[in-house]
Amino acid sequence: MSQMTYLEAGKRALAEEMRRDEMVWAIGEDLGRGGVFGQYIGLADEFGRERISDAPISEAAIMGGAVGAAMMGTRPVVEMRFSDFALCAIDELVNQAAKARFMFGGQKKVPLVVREPIGMWRSSAAQHSQSLESWYTHIPGLVVVAPSTPEDTYGLFKTSIRNDDPVVFMEHKNLWGLTGNVSDEEDFTIPLGKARIAREGSDITIVSWSATVHVAVEAADTLASEGTSVEVIDLRTLWPWDKEAVFASVEKTGRLLVAHEAVSVSGFGAEIVASVAEEMFSSLKGPIKRLGAPRSPVSYSPPLEDQVRVTANNIAAAVRAMG
Amino acid sequence: MRINTTRSNVDTDRLIQQYAQMRRIRAFEETAIAASKEGLVKGAIHPSIGQEAIAVGVCGNLETDDVLLSTHRGHGHTMVKGAVPVEMMCELFGKQGGICKGKGGSMHIADFRVGMLGSNGVVGANITIAAGAAHAIKLKKSNQIVCCIFGDGAINRGPFLEGLNWAGVFDLPILFVCEDNGFAATTRTKTMTSGAGPAARAESLGIPATEIDGNDVAVVDDVARELIDGIRAGGGPRFLVAKTYRLTGHTAADPAAYRDSAEVDAKWQGDPIKRCLDSILQTGIEDDVPEYEANKCLEEIRQAYEVAKNAPWPDIGEAFSDVQDSDLDTTGANQ
Repeated sequence: MSQMTYLEAGKRALAEEMRRDEMVWAIGEDLGRGGVFGQYIGLADEFGRERISDAPISEAAIMGGAVGAAMMGTRPVVEMRFSDFALCAIDELVNQAAKARFMFGGQKKVPLVVREPIGMWRSSAAQHSQSLESWYTHIPGLVVVAPSTPEDTYGLFKTSIRNDDPVVFMEHKNLWGLTGNVSDEEDFTIPLGKARIAREGSDITIVSWSATVHVAVEAADTLASEGTSVEVIDLRTLWPWDKEAVFASVEKTGRLLVAHEAVSVSGFGAEIVASVAEEMFSSLKGPIKRLGAPRSPVSYSPPLEDQVRVTANNIAAAVRAMG
Repeated sequence: MRINTTRSNVDTDRLIQQYAQMRRIRAFEETAIAASKEGLVKGAIHPSIGQEAIAVGVCGNLETDDVLLSTHRGHGHTMVKGAVPVEMMCELFGKQGGICKGKGGSMHIADFRVGMLGSNGVVGANITIAAGAAHAIKLKKSNQIVCCIFGDGAINRGPFLEGLNWAGVFDLPILFVCEDNGFAATTRTKTMTSGAGPAARAESLGIPATEIDGNDVAVVDDVARELIDGIRAGGGPRFLVAKTYRLTGHTAADPAAYRDSAEVDAKWQGDPIKRCLDSILQTGIEDDVPEYEANKCLEEIRQAYEVAKNAPWPDIGEAFSDVQDSDLDTTGANQ
């Protein structure tokens, strides 16, 4: 085990995959000097400016170019800076990357990873704070990953790069500095579609992902002192999502709360609670609950920003209300 | 740069083959339109009737492992690149044996066996994909080039600017071909375009542009060959504007009532197939020579129609295959 940050874990994963496969390369704005958050610092020194390439501020060309480059046998990792900016490249991701394999009858796969940092971070306001992961789960052909820990970032990023289909890899900006243990095992990877039990418990299941996992664990610690045993499931990948792990936990606890930072309306929590309601109704001891942001843009001013934040207090209160 | 070439030495064998190729494309599309009227082709088809000289002149100069990106009006480009008409016809019919298993239809034909990386249903979307394909070629240090064909309507889309700038910045081996037929769907492009048009825009991005008569197959052939040779030699991206005219509507179902019949009648006089035949006959060759070559192609298309008409529908399981790796699908196909 080595201690490293969430940011460093992503960098280590990319460097290892670039050493392993010379067809892996990265492109995005400011990558040569290390990327907007420093996720690429030092990589150009080892791999050169062709494989850690700057790009013009042209999101559509970055993403569309990745589709062409992937169909030509390379494995591009493209950086969108903020998930909000990836909206300038939606045609390229949704109509092109996600569709090419199917619409061309399986002639070619499109192995690309698009890094789209999500989430609220330092008063970044409405165009730099969104969590849009559920949009991509709706698109057949895409894989959606949202890691919460350094080790998950490391293992899932490696798996995503090796995966033959387009992956939307959503790191949370507020987790860049989070430190944790990361495996030193050679060729450590984490499979897509496998959830992690972040905290074991028996009275209620909380399903979450990305930064909200840590908030849910904090709430679970508080609730434990009140005598409620909470199981926190970190989904890790939203598509494919680990139905088996969620169902097993709900089978055990009989209660389910889904908590996420994204707007609650049409958030991915809706998919999870609908699936549980459809298939596990008889196992439930009470109504399911969703907890997400109100349907309002993220504000700039800290006290206003906090109004749309899902907090440990919110989660604990929701659990208490569920009995 | 505008080129008005008067050829002195005519390679008649090449011209006869080009004539036959254009007839082959025309026959394919006329057959598809007829099949559409019969109800056998269900989806929209966008004919390139009147634009065949560009497909033949440009794509005829590409090697098999060169890469082609095309548009919704891409049957001709695809055929010249080497795709097999019977597989394309089955695709238009949505039948088994279709080049994309019947999943794509006319607008989404690709044939990776011959370097055809896809037609596209979104105007201009192929430009950034082409730039990325060329970027991969540069990374791999191979000797291929990319040819990206789009219409004049595409120059008003953002990806046109992003893709051309990209090609220039990274000095990529790519030939952009603007088929300037004067129409963006059913609107005259010039009424919705500010400035001097495609060549000026390319030049403003540092990409040398050449404007030619796209209805003269010999001119297209000569100029495209020269540009492609230059790109392959490391000269960087080039831009070709081929002036042409779409003799049919936007789709097979579009009567094109937004232009008067006198205009269209006059444009038929400049039909590239007619002009090519005139050039051949002017050399003293009897017309049965080109007709013999053309008839072989027409028979190929007639057979393609028969095969497509009689082919079975795809297995319904195809509706759910090739989405993504099967282990990534946790819901099953029925949800």
